[in-house]
Amino acid sequence: MVYLYKNNGYNMCLDVNSGSVHVLDDISYDVLSLMNGGKKDEEITEALKEKYDAAEVSETIGEIRALKAEGALFSEDPYRPYIDHYSARPTVVKALCLQIAHDCNLACRYCFADEGEYHGKRGLMSYEVGKKALDFVIKNSGSRRNLEVDFFGGEPTMNWQVVKDLVAYGRSQEKEHNKRFRFTLTTNGVLLNDEIMDFCDKEMELVVMSVDGRKEVHDHMRPFRNGKGSFGLVIPKFQKWAERRHQDRYYVRGTYTHYNLDFAKDVLAMADLGFKQISIEPVVAPPTEDYAIREEDVPVLCEQYDILAKEVIKRAKEGRGFNFYHFMIDLSGGPCVYKRLSGCGAGGEYLAVSPWGDFYPCHQFDGNEEFIIGNVDEGVTRPDLVEAFKKINVYSREECTNCFARFYCSGGCAANSWNFTHSINSTYRIGCELQRKRIECALMIKAALADSDGDTRMKIDGDRAINGEKDKGVDHSSYASAGDCEACEIPAERC
Amino acid sequence: MKHIKTLSTRNLQQSVKEGGCGECQTSCQSACKTSCTVGNQTCEHAK
Repeated sequence: MVYLYKNNGYNMCLDVNSGSVHVLDDISYDVLSLMNGGKKDEEITEALKEKYDAAEVSETIGEIRALKAEGALFSEDPYRPYIDHYSARPTVVKALCLQIAHDCNLACRYCFADEGEYHGKRGLMSYEVGKKALDFVIKNSGSRRNLEVDFFGGEPTMNWQVVKDLVAYGRSQEKEHNKRFRFTLTTNGVLLNDEIMDFCDKEMELVVMSVDGRKEVHDHMRPFRNGKGSFGLVIPKFQKWAERRHQDRYYVRGTYTHYNLDFAKDVLAMADLGFKQISIEPVVAPPTEDYAIREEDVPVLCEQYDILAKEVIKRAKEGRGFNFYHFMIDLSGGPCVYKRLSGCGAGGEYLAVSPWGDFYPCHQFDGNEEFIIGNVDEGVTRPDLVEAFKKINVYSREECTNCFARFYCSGGCAANSWNFTHSINSTYRIGCELQRKRIECALMIKAALADSDGDTRMKIDGDRAINGEKDKGVDHSSYASAGDCEACEIPAERC
Repeated sequence: MKHIKTLSTRNLQQSVKEGGCGECQTSCQSACKTSCTVGNQTCEHAK
């Protein structure tokens, strides 16, 4: 499958099955479009004779043929047979989302947990429940060494002592079991203080700070229970924390809704506040909610991603770039095809744990009792659910068959699918459209930044596109997360 | 090539042979709680 599109003046081509990304001039875009439509060489030459010189068309066809021979265009999909084998492997659990507090000190309007009220079922996870959860993941993780535990909520700092005690317990088990815990924490910042920062900077692989962007947007959606906004309290603390973490290993993460369709301004507002690692995602809400994203919002949102993509390029070229999480596609070091086929791992390698120790397939299913997969005392009690989730993959979703983005989203979020279709094996159409747009922008950004010096030479094989004059054979590995590459001192996205 | 520039990418078909270790980060454990963005995850062996 070959996918062609134009974005920001770039003619882009994705060869879906090989993952190859090509940047085309006008003639090759036209030729490839015709070839992709099944036209033969002579038909292409005839169709383009008024527009291009025949020799040029012939030359272009030759280049396309060469790429096809290399497996970088019109490549076949050889992966389907592997998915059954991969799905049949023994289940291991390697990641937990601990709902450490079913309580919150904010009342965010879009909260999946009833504005922090949890439909009357507030509660804090005890140390004993958390310890059993960690024991469960150690015992059920097979040969996986890296275990991920996210302290989530509600607001996890409302149960801070238990967070610290669980981290200590996890660390105490690492050597004996040859495991390494990678802890993460998501917080709204209300209770954040130096002690929490000190602890997290030592122990947390990643911290996620919840911010929605502009002050008026943030304060509208993320108020205290008395209606007062939280922006003024949390932003200075988050700015301080981001600097303490050297602008790395964190994200400011927000949610946009129908009320801020111009969300690119919110991303840029966060960048203007000095944040370098930014993520904003569309709200997932039933269409009955006033803030839900609607079908008619999609074109507006797509335009916003275009605006944002241009600004990402502009700021990167000016040396004041930032990372927007959903534009960060790792072309040369991205995930293997198994990961791309099988998705997020919810219900199998990834489970959410309620304060009372119930297992859910992921945090988005929290509270939906028909999806309780087991608990910390008995382990998995619903192997049928585990099997159902393990069978979710790119090929199990009919809508993905002809989608160019399928190896970037792995078929999308099962919880979104459930919320909108009452099937875990379908898709959420609005989410798909926005995902496709983000991927189009992300690939275009790669092309634009590789092209930024005007003297860019590309190579087909190898680890990275060579940026002509600046490639000195240095080790660029330091650009893995953010900021400027220490080796070549150019923005990470460009090196 | 004169008309087509190719950005360097991981060879997906090669990754059939070398991938599948499962040590990489779960996508929802990062800053992606609603979007299932898998393509921007980093392979543990590429770090």
